[in-house]
Amino acid sequence: MNVNQVAESLLALSQQEELVDLPKNCPLSENEDDGDSDGERKHQKLLEAISSLDGKNRRKLAERSEASLKVSEFNVSSEGSGEKLVLADLLELVKTSSSLATVKKQLNRVKSRKVVELPLNKEKIEQIHREVAFGKTSGVLSKWDPIVLKNQQAEQLAFPLGKEQPAIAPIEHALSGWKARTPLEQEIFNLLHKNKRPVTDPLLTPMEKASLRAMSLEEAKMHRAELQRARALQSYYEAKARREKKIKSKKYHKVVKKGKARKASKELEQLQKVNPTVALEELEKFENARMMERMSLKHQNSGKWAKSKAIMAKYDLEARQAMQEQLAKNKELTQKFQVASEIEEEKGCTEEVEELLVPHVVNEVQMNVDGLNPWMLRNCTSDTREAATQEDPEQLPEPATHEVSESEGEERPVAEEEILLRDFEERRSLRKRSELNQDAEPAGIQETKDSSCQDVLSELRALSQKLKENHQSRKQKASSEGTVPRVQREEPAPEEAAPLLLQRPERVQTLEELEELGKEDCFQNKEIPRPVLEGQQSERTPNNRPDAPKEKKEKEQLIDLQNLLTTQSPSVRSLAVPTTIEELEDEEERDQRQMIKEAFAGDDVIRNFLKEKREAVEASKPKDVDLTLPGWGEWGGVGLKPSTKKRRRFLKAPEGPPRKDKNLPNVFISEKRNIHVAAHQVQVLPYPFTHHRQFERTIQTPVGSTWNTQRAFQKLTTPKVVTKPGHIIKPIKAEDVELK
Amino acid sequence: MQWPPPWRRSPLLSASPPPGPVKGFLRPVRMSEAARLYHYVTPAESAMEGRWQTRPSLRPASPTNAPAHRQPPLANVCQQNYGAPQDPVEPAGLRSASHVTGSSLGKAEVACGSRRRWAELVPESSWSPAVGASKMKVKMLSRNPDNYVRETKLDLQRVPRNYDPTLHPFEVPREYVRALNATKLERVFAKPFLASLDGHRDGVNCLAKHPKNLATVLSGACDGEVRIWNLTQRNCIRTIQAHEGFVRGVCTRFCGTSFFTVGDDKTVKQWKMDGPGYGEEEEPLHTILGKTVYTGIDHHWKEAVFATCGQQVDIWDEQRTNPICSMTWGFDSISSVKFNPVETFLLGSCASDRNIVLYDMRQATPLKKVILDMRTNTICWNPMEAFIFTAANEDYNLYTFDMRALDTPVMVHMDHVSAVLDVDYSPTGKEFVSASFDKSIRIFPVDKSRSRYVPTSKPKTTHYSLRYQNVYFQLTSREKAAKDYNQKLKEKFQHYPHIKRIARHRHLPKSIYSQIQEQRIMKEARRRKEVNRIKHSKPGSVPIVSEKKKHIVAVVK
Repeated sequence: MNVNQVAESLLALSQQEELVDLPKNCPLSENEDDGDSDGERKHQKLLEAISSLDGKNRRKLAERSEASLKVSEFNVSSEGSGEKLVLADLLELVKTSSSLATVKKQLNRVKSRKVVELPLNKEKIEQIHREVAFGKTSGVLSKWDPIVLKNQQAEQLAFPLGKEQPAIAPIEHALSGWKARTPLEQEIFNLLHKNKRPVTDPLLTPMEKASLRAMSLEEAKMHRAELQRARALQSYYEAKARREKKIKSKKYHKVVKKGKARKASKELEQLQKVNPTVALEELEKFENARMMERMSLKHQNSGKWAKSKAIMAKYDLEARQAMQEQLAKNKELTQKFQVASEIEEEKGCTEEVEELLVPHVVNEVQMNVDGLNPWMLRNCTSDTREAATQEDPEQLPEPATHEVSESEGEERPVAEEEILLRDFEERRSLRKRSELNQDAEPAGIQETKDSSCQDVLSELRALSQKLKENHQSRKQKASSEGTVPRVQREEPAPEEAAPLLLQRPERVQTLEELEELGKEDCFQNKEIPRPVLEGQQSERTPNNRPDAPKEKKEKEQLIDLQNLLTTQSPSVRSLAVPTTIEELEDEEERDQRQMIKEAFAGDDVIRNFLKEKREAVEASKPKDVDLTLPGWGEWGGVGLKPSTKKRRRFLKAPEGPPRKDKNLPNVFISEKRNIHVAAHQVQVLPYPFTHHRQFERTIQTPVGSTWNTQRAFQKLTTPKVVTKPGHIIKPIKAEDVELK
Repeated sequence: MQWPPPWRRSPLLSASPPPGPVKGFLRPVRMSEAARLYHYVTPAESAMEGRWQTRPSLRPASPTNAPAHRQPPLANVCQQNYGAPQDPVEPAGLRSASHVTGSSLGKAEVACGSRRRWAELVPESSWSPAVGASKMKVKMLSRNPDNYVRETKLDLQRVPRNYDPTLHPFEVPREYVRALNATKLERVFAKPFLASLDGHRDGVNCLAKHPKNLATVLSGACDGEVRIWNLTQRNCIRTIQAHEGFVRGVCTRFCGTSFFTVGDDKTVKQWKMDGPGYGEEEEPLHTILGKTVYTGIDHHWKEAVFATCGQQVDIWDEQRTNPICSMTWGFDSISSVKFNPVETFLLGSCASDRNIVLYDMRQATPLKKVILDMRTNTICWNPMEAFIFTAANEDYNLYTFDMRALDTPVMVHMDHVSAVLDVDYSPTGKEFVSASFDKSIRIFPVDKSRSRYVPTSKPKTTHYSLRYQNVYFQLTSREKAAKDYNQKLKEKFQHYPHIKRIARHRHLPKSIYSQIQEQRIMKEARRRKEVNRIKHSKPGSVPIVSEKKKHIVAVVK
């Protein structure tokens, strides 16, 4: 390259015919390439040396040795010293002059020296950088190749890959960087610090530690035994309490309550002796309780239970008593407690009281009831009366009279009522017995029930009967008079108890009717056979009864209508369609047939075909298979054969569906092909398999545990990827797979 | 007259809606359907068939949270053994008892107890007096208990079995029916949708997983709000108003103590993962103000370094406010940047001029660029294979590349019918999930071009971002055995047409279904045209380009 440049420059010189010496030119070209200042200096020296060698033309020319911006105009010497230079001379000089050997050498040296290329453009450089970097990165990545391949081919991959140790940080570590910030936290920590509770180490306080150290083994054992005993006792006590709580007997509870009350009163008395101030406090408590009671509606006979009892009170002695009790209780509780002074007065009586085994307070109440406050009594009786009037007005006159006459004591009216009630009951039982004798057949179900139930039943029946009567009478009277006062209507009820007996046959009729109704109407029959169990229902039945025949009639009518409908079904006439048979046979056609017949006279195609078809049909028919099992349904054993009857039964193959070509004599449809099977058959050999036998073999080896041992089954069904529940699967790491 | 009269009008109706974000007693209004997160379950290798309806137990795996063994196992809601054989260990007569106990150990106990009881009830001696009295010889069935009674309850039950194949005929048909049943049941119980996490008032733009806790997920919305969710409790733990405008990217630090967000307000913010302490204000740990909008962010997997993208890819040290280095190649907005989880110095980014660029963080240079037909929205690296990544492209396809040979993708995944917006690999690296603009998400096995699974259920919204999180179910050993067996059977008989048809059957929304049909027709037409062109031109003049290479425009070194 250097040589070329030199030659080029020479050529340029020759063309311009400028008087520039070659030796002068040479360094110039060199200087262009090599900007080294040292080299320049060397060249300068060299040139001087060369010029000194040549003795003839030693003229010091002002010369420019390097390209510089500041070029002095005085030093410019392109014209030389005025001599003309011929190119031929120059060439001659080059050829002959021996002094140019050094130049040659230099030229050679220049030729041999490598020159740094022009710097490439930025894009190119970046690209090279990228390529190099990419190569490096690819090299780094390729170390993963075997691992990736291994993982892809692995029978099973278990994730997460690396064995990670679950690092459970101790609580001290967790707490080290934590501070109490909220007021609540601060308060808690203050408390903890104050009590020298451990904050970081959650084991034991210093106190506990000390006590632990202090206590000997025996002591500890004793302590433990004590604790155990206490626990056992507690459990016994709890069990007892639970047991007692479960007891359903009201009497028992009553007794318990009374016992408690007695105890309380005793204690109170004792307290009065010992510590009057505490006793006063206790009394205050009683007073409070009284106030509460007065405020509340409890024991006022206004609750649901009390109302229901009020209804029943007329007939039921117990109910009445319960009501009375309730009221008494109210009275007792609202009774102003006797102040200590009174009790002190009655100090002598205490022993007596104790003997009576009745709480002091109760006695007092009794006393009050009898003598002290008649108004209270009056009030409560009037209450009951009011309740009674609300419920059944018929009872209004009776208790009123009782009240008026027996306002002095409670026992007497109760007794009288009891007597009345007893009378009622006697009558009822009588009635019931008579009913039982006669109603045995119709009321079959009711017989099975126990006598008490029967009692109630009969009672209710009587009630319903009464109601019915009233109803009828009202109807009758409605036509004649119009409105009848209610009290009048219902007054005779208790007196009519005896005549009820006489009216029985009628009632039986009604019952029978009801049963009939029940038979007819399947919706109502659930209620009607035993409607008498509840009063409301029994009341309802007579109301329903008059409707029943109507319904029956309607039913019958409906059925009639249906009958009519069925009989009136329209008769369908079959239309005989006239079919015209076109029998147009041209003679030409007939001729053609004849021709064909003649042509194929030798081979009977049709017959052959028919024969073939028959054979195929025969072949396709299901064959008989002997399916008899010896010993089923009869005796079996050696020498015994199943009966012919059974064999005949199980020998015959079932008839298949009719052939599709049954009615097509000229067609033969093969039924061997089953289109439904196609969905279950693989048509093409699937991808990884190379031969169909390979595929079949894999299909035919069973996987299930029915055909394999447990171990083999587990091996055959191992999943390809196994993950551990609740573990985070981290990206693969070099350490996990032992890559360096 | 106005109705209702003013005194009967409710305060909510009468009051004019307050400007700005609604606070106080008013319920937040959901602006769009996309403003919630959907939590799906997939029949991944971890999950089981036949249990989709039961509540999964998502367990936090970090040791600081409740450790796995403390939680009681889920009640056996569904104990059916679909088509799978009974455990041969278990005696046939005691099947019901074993169902009650559930665990294999308990089962063994039940079986053992009953045997002993039998032995007590019918001792041979009790029969002898009667026999002696009648003086009749009665042959009795007697067994040596040594043959069947275990010495300890920890021993395996000795079950005499005969594996003679003649006693167990019809292996293939029986297994075929079992496989068929398993396939059907898989379809029956494929109810993948677990829950939707409601709370965002605007569309959710980006998601991030917690690296240390399976139950925690972060989401950034279009109104600049970032929420942290608990998947087990299905509630929002924390709400942060992180940015003004969109939250463009969320990423968690590798240790899980803090996370980074970038938004439209040209800032990068670092937040603590735990909420602010008592008396502290909710404010970021660090805020970096940038010159341009950042469109994505990702954190290094091991070091305190993160990368953002926007007009260039910047690598930041967490402690500095200026990037360590910024790398550009061409001038276009880069939509996402992702660190390689395995070789952590590698980065991949995709820009809107249709290219995917790979970078080397250590050498601070881009490595290579591949230009595709259309723009790539996101890329995701395979966490188990260092050189594999998948690109979600606008041309409805996903491309899995080996980064050493970018001119041909390893696999082209095509099933979506609209632009694919996001992709995320499963932690096992065996499959990935992708969300598309066609309002569907699909799961692709890495080595299959067709999707394995498309969860179809109610929420028909566009999923802009999604993450793959493994969900775990508690299985008893028998359930697990049945599951594995069913899986094996399905694999074995997968080529049978009937089973194939059932396994492939999906109920798709009508829009997607019709679009699939349409695109099938279009594709067929294109193929036909190409075939015809080849047929009618000089042999060799029309080059045959494979499907894989068709979509690659160029690879720039």
